[in-house]
Amino acid sequence: MTDLTRLTAVETAVAIRDREVSATEVTQAHLDRIAAVDGQVHAFLHVDPEGALDTARRVDAGELSGPLAGVPLGLKDVVVQKGVPTTVGSKILEGWRPPYDATVVKRLREAGVVILGKTNMDEFAMGSSTEHSAYGPTHNPWDLSRIPGGSGGGSAAAVAAYEAPLAIGTDTGGSIRQPAAVTGTVGVKPTYGGVSRYGLVAFSSSLDQAGPCARTVMDAALLHEAIAGYDPADSTSIPSPVPPVVEAARQADVSGLTIGVVRELSGEGYQAGVQQRFEEAVETLTELGAKVVEVSCPHFVYAMPAYYLIAPSEASSNLARFDSVRYGLRVGDDGERSLEEVMSLTRAQGFGAEVKRRIILGTYALSSGYYDAYYGQAQKVRTLITRDFTAAFQQADVLVSPTTPTVAFPLGERLDDPLAMYLADLATIPSNLYGGPAMSLPAGLSEGLPVGLQIMAPTMRDDLLYRVGAAFEAARPAPVPPLSWEA
Amino acid sequence: MTTTTSKTTPTVPYDEALREFEPVIGLETHVELGTASKMFCGCATEFGAEPNTQVCPVCLGLPGALPVVNAKAIESTIRIGLALHCDIAPWGRFARKNYFYPDMPKNFQTSQYDEPLCVDGYLDVQVDGETVRIPIERVHLEEDTGKSLHVGGSTGRIHGATHSLVDYNRAGIPLVEIVTRPVTGTGAHPAEVAKAYVTELRDILRGLDVSDVRMEQGSLRCDVNVSLNRPGDDWGTRSETKNVNSLRSVERAVRSEVERQAGILRTGGRIVQETRHFHEDTGMSTSGRSKEEATDYRYFPEPDLVPLAPDADWIAELKAALPEAPSLRRRRLVEQLGLSELDSQAMTNAGVLDLVLATVDAGAPAAEARNWWLGHLAQQANTRGLEPAELPISPAQVARVVELVSAGSLTAGLARQVVDGVLAGEGEPDEVVEARGLAVVSDEGALAAAVDDAIAAQPDAADKIRAGKVQAVGALVGSVMKATRGQADASVVRRLLLERLGVTED
Ligand SMILES: [Zn+2]
Repeated sequence: MTDLTRLTAVETAVAIRDREVSATEVTQAHLDRIAAVDGQVHAFLHVDPEGALDTARRVDAGELSGPLAGVPLGLKDVVVQKGVPTTVGSKILEGWRPPYDATVVKRLREAGVVILGKTNMDEFAMGSSTEHSAYGPTHNPWDLSRIPGGSGGGSAAAVAAYEAPLAIGTDTGGSIRQPAAVTGTVGVKPTYGGVSRYGLVAFSSSLDQAGPCARTVMDAALLHEAIAGYDPADSTSIPSPVPPVVEAARQADVSGLTIGVVRELSGEGYQAGVQQRFEEAVETLTELGAKVVEVSCPHFVYAMPAYYLIAPSEASSNLARFDSVRYGLRVGDDGERSLEEVMSLTRAQGFGAEVKRRIILGTYALSSGYYDAYYGQAQKVRTLITRDFTAAFQQADVLVSPTTPTVAFPLGERLDDPLAMYLADLATIPSNLYGGPAMSLPAGLSEGLPVGLQIMAPTMRDDLLYRVGAAFEAARPAPVPPLSWEA
Repeated sequence: MTTTTSKTTPTVPYDEALREFEPVIGLETHVELGTASKMFCGCATEFGAEPNTQVCPVCLGLPGALPVVNAKAIESTIRIGLALHCDIAPWGRFARKNYFYPDMPKNFQTSQYDEPLCVDGYLDVQVDGETVRIPIERVHLEEDTGKSLHVGGSTGRIHGATHSLVDYNRAGIPLVEIVTRPVTGTGAHPAEVAKAYVTELRDILRGLDVSDVRMEQGSLRCDVNVSLNRPGDDWGTRSETKNVNSLRSVERAVRSEVERQAGILRTGGRIVQETRHFHEDTGMSTSGRSKEEATDYRYFPEPDLVPLAPDADWIAELKAALPEAPSLRRRRLVEQLGLSELDSQAMTNAGVLDLVLATVDAGAPAAEARNWWLGHLAQQANTRGLEPAELPISPAQVARVVELVSAGSLTAGLARQVVDGVLAGEGEPDEVVEARGLAVVSDEGALAAAVDDAIAAQPDAADKIRAGKVQAVGALVGSVMKATRGQADASVVRRLLLERLGVTED
């Protein structure tokens, strides 16, 4: 009998629709898989067998239908799901059960997608390795001693380790794409405003975007279509139709497209093996009929410093609400201490070091007398980066680069070196500052570890990512993880 | 917390202080808009509901929740701006004002900072027959906070309380802040100007129907800035008095601050830039935190909302549809009614002109309306420490009482009892008449017994009248009125008495 966990989302959905297998069987197979391997991978923070099986039963009963009905999914723990613990990888929200559903969750429920549980992440989505989770790191299924990327390492690892064919991630500076790159999976950051942020615990409001994680481009497209679209509850949501991503994935054809190689996203800091796989990927695209040009985006070099002012600034304000008054952790409330003392103690114990670092950074950048020099200046850089993109898209339909400068690094290697950790997002940050969509998909191996190809498109042209990604995937199928640690 | 100077320095009487110093005042007024739903969510805004029953993930600031702007609140703010002759910004953003306070669910307030909706307006007010132009710096929109209740302490303040309870029903109610520029040249009347400004503003807001402007419920709140300087000197250091929640208090807050600051300045002291808290009971303010330790609010544009860009045609439509300004309406009605300048001035000063006009609108003759509001009702307001407008009686109710009197159903004395009944919360005038049994006794048969009793009880008076001293009838009329608890028509009683005693008047 086929191992149900090895099927793609498309194959699974078809099998369920054709009644070759029940959604309940599929769900149980994945719950069993999680039970078997998650002790080693630690992709999940919370598994919800009752909720998952309940949805599966409703699919089997014909109450729910759709292109992904009955397909299991891991939900990044930054997305609120009614009644299910949501920690955002932080002690400060331990035990909190949200009283409402995020819009993304509502759409998944309506689509009959089976939510298996909540996946691990760097605390408040701040990190590139999942080592900043307050609940311990996730391990890369390709090599358990290495990082799975971050912040959405749990979602990527769950997909790579066959614990779920699909997962939801969020991407503020690369948190979907960088984990996808280092785990050999597909991850997409949609256009900012393409997927509702209502119910995503905010890190940086002007950058955060939820998107799909999958093992194939088509699976990602189906999930993208299921969660995207205008939401009146999110004022920054774009009130226009979802780009035809599934159709584009089906089209899988690059002929007639011009692909721009971004000069600034290569060379120094990029591992030789990564650079080599990237060049081969560009060759493949040429062979497939695309025209390749080199483009320059001179302000991309300032993307990282601008990002580390804007994101922490917004975070310092977004995270102010975690004060012990209304929900979550409360420390030191002994009837003697003042409110201020209880707030301080709670935040001191509830937040991890990286979160504190960014709150302090952001508080400083916004403070009176420094605002113009830091936050204001960073916003100007953001405008310049947007202009770079606009100019580049005059010359090319999509832009490409390596997703990350290196393959997965060993756990612990950069934990005490924040700047080295930040470099993992060098190539992914520009798209967040600009707001356009970007995808990472597998582009072969270096030193036995996955390398990611990043494709970037103009805003609301998410379809182009899928058109190019699907063509590339067909020509260069993704490598399969050996999973030698099993058994 | 109290500064040593304010404890030990004697104050200088108001008039004397203003002969020596020039005042500069500034007013920040917060108005809770009367929209059906909150600023950024769909929750109801009803006053006085059970704590924490009008809340949702958005106004509780739950993780993941996002704001959506209430379009009606934007419209109301623009209309207020237009009524105050402001320019309306073609483009603007909300901003986050960051500070920690438990009644603020997100620990930031979504407000407007350097891009307010309305700027550069003015409002003309009348004080002692003179027009004073109050320059308006800005009108902007923000969300209200919740309310903390400090339990266990003796004062009800946070200091000394054992714990606090927070009600978030008010959190997220749209709040418009109207800020004046510094107002100079108010001479001997800064307190009167401040009160006239808030009164006029309240009338405009009421006319726009954007808020119920109930100061006692906190839907209109004031912060008052005051500084003094010697003529020819630069402006002095200002204090900001918060928590000024009635028209009378606006006047008293400025007055007491002028007196306090003059006392300090006269003895060579230094005014501390600080926030002061006004106490309605004493009419005095006490020192709060000083501005030198003020919070850095770390304002930045609210990334969860898109910029506002009100359409110029829409603004023009709103402008064209504004109601007649209260000052113009007043002038028009005063002319129509033929009230003298002096008379309308007296009514303005007493804060009853609008009430008189409204009572006339409701059908009462101008003279009657004027007499009620300047007479018995002004007295009642004074006794209760309220403005006449704050009395729990409406112009329509007063007009009804006037109508009952002119129909002969009530005497002047009975009418006062009916009004007092309405003020005591006994219902509509007709209900009070019914419940208290206050209808005029015009049945002469019913009065005959009382007339006989009065004559029998005071034979001396009766004899005098029979002897021709008709003026002695007053005492007998009095006792009949007393016996009938004022419900008889005194002129009828008098006629009956004289008839009974066989006296005819020429
Ligand atoms: Zn609400």
